[in-house]
Amino acid sequence: MIRLNTSLQFSIILCLLPLIMATVSYFWQPFDVTELNISNRLKPMSLTHPLGTDHFGRDMLSMIMVGARTSIAVAFVAVGIGVLFGVPLGLFAATWRGSFIDDAVMRFNDLVFAFPSLVIAILITAIAGPSAFNAIIAIGVFNIPVFARVSRGAALSLWQREFILSARVAGKTGLRISIEHILPNLMHILIVQATIQFSLGILAEAGLSYVGLGAQPPTPSWGRMLADAQTMVSLTPRLAIVPGVAIIITVLGLNLLGDGLRDAFDPKLRGSIKK
Amino acid sequence: MASIVIFSLVEIAPGDPASFMLGINAQEDTISALRTELGLDQPKISRYFTWIGGMLTGDFGISYTYRTNVTEMVGDRLWVSLPLAIYSLVLSTVIAIPTGIYAATKRGKTGDVAVISATQFGIAVPNFWFAIILVGIFAIKLQWFSAGGFPGWQDGLVNGVTSLTLPAIALALPQAAILSRIMRSALIETLGEDYIRTARAKGLSVWQTIWRHALRNALIPVLTIIGLQFSFLLAGAIIIEQVFYLPGLGRLVFQAITQRDLIVVESVVMLLVSAVILINFIVDIAYMLADPRLRLDSI
Repeated sequence: MIRLNTSLQFSIILCLLPLIMATVSYFWQPFDVTELNISNRLKPMSLTHPLGTDHFGRDMLSMIMVGARTSIAVAFVAVGIGVLFGVPLGLFAATWRGSFIDDAVMRFNDLVFAFPSLVIAILITAIAGPSAFNAIIAIGVFNIPVFARVSRGAALSLWQREFILSARVAGKTGLRISIEHILPNLMHILIVQATIQFSLGILAEAGLSYVGLGAQPPTPSWGRMLADAQTMVSLTPRLAIVPGVAIIITVLGLNLLGDGLRDAFDPKLRGSIKK
Repeated sequence: MASIVIFSLVEIAPGDPASFMLGINAQEDTISALRTELGLDQPKISRYFTWIGGMLTGDFGISYTYRTNVTEMVGDRLWVSLPLAIYSLVLSTVIAIPTGIYAATKRGKTGDVAVISATQFGIAVPNFWFAIILVGIFAIKLQWFSAGGFPGWQDGLVNGVTSLTLPAIALALPQAAILSRIMRSALIETLGEDYIRTARAKGLSVWQTIWRHALRNALIPVLTIIGLQFSFLLAGAIIIEQVFYLPGLGRLVFQAITQRDLIVVESVVMLLVSAVILINFIVDIAYMLADPRLRLDSI
């Protein structure tokens, strides 16, 4: 199987950190994140509050833990939408390459790619009302062409291979070949792409929440913690640094994981970094 | 094609602009009078053609909320967004190309590893977070720059550029990180080619080889990314504009969406989409300038 080199191990640790925090927060949180305690506000780091408290006296560690849930959930479902719609589209296009299905899929891709993703995400969330759910849809829509393009490109080169030819000779239909032979061989490319999109999703969610179009109060979110911290950045820079570091750790971990997995799957690429 | 999508997407937005403008206590007949004035009572298809026809002649229509010419509003904002995008693109290119080349020549050594780790960080940092930190350090602690706002170009070039510096740096950092990685990998790939070995064999130094032979050939993927980044910078600055309270296109769209000023939203999004298409076209031309082989192929 996959050999775990040091950088891969490191990235897995980084990725597990927010995942564990999010999971633990379902069973136990150091403090209730909805409870305001003004007399306890802006407390520096201490044993009771390892990351201090914010301007409402909420425990920062608890907020980061619950915020991790939002980020992970939004990014995960958004990637799911991309895979669920994008991969079949890409496979269809590759199976009947040159046909009108292929053309339609590729034109649709070009169309979505021509839109500045952030503007449309803001448009969608503004039209449908700001909420975590709409943020998921907005981010997810832009994952569809990404996965469609990646799977079509990789599938096209697979279709040239001998084992596909022999499957055709055996009398399998295009659809069966796509599902039984093409898809399993695409898996490693899709996993790598999914980690990249996941990290972009985390960043996008933070951005949308920052401008107030993501998860709504009182649900804690890393992006909104940053928005709240902005006015107090000179007084207590900790408020901005803590959620920022949380985002950086998660995104960094996912990017390294993507690079590491690609190297592990395809040793030819090892050492050369492509993006 | 894209225009139809934008139009229908904006049209399905709930909330009638007319009733939104007049408030909840407005009389029914006042609302319908305003709807007639704004042309909202026309059928959707005829409104679409009015809009797209005006767009082609440079007339974007009249803003629902401000009652001013959208072309002028967009034009004013463009004077902030466009310089900001160019400024950060220049910054990112100036940082990325040398570091990318440096990393490629030092492949596998400490210098390379340092650049690679730095770019990993650069990609992971959300640009608006970086912006907040920059404000905290340079605007509030050191007071070198203002924390936000834009004085306008009439106060002189220096003032304008100064107020755009922090936003431009914040925007440029992640872009520079990506670009520098592309530059590095493209150059490494080119340096493996046979003609590079020939150039070295005929006695050129490493730097001469890179300058005369490798760089030009490695530039194609770099140009693609620069083109992509420019359209991203133009459109994606919304969040950064929020951080610094810059009166750019992004903030205009943002305000227009909350005010149901549909015509402004449609116009700006259409403008951005056209910009993306135009930039892709310019990138294609730039390819041919960088690589004469493509010129022969396509003509």
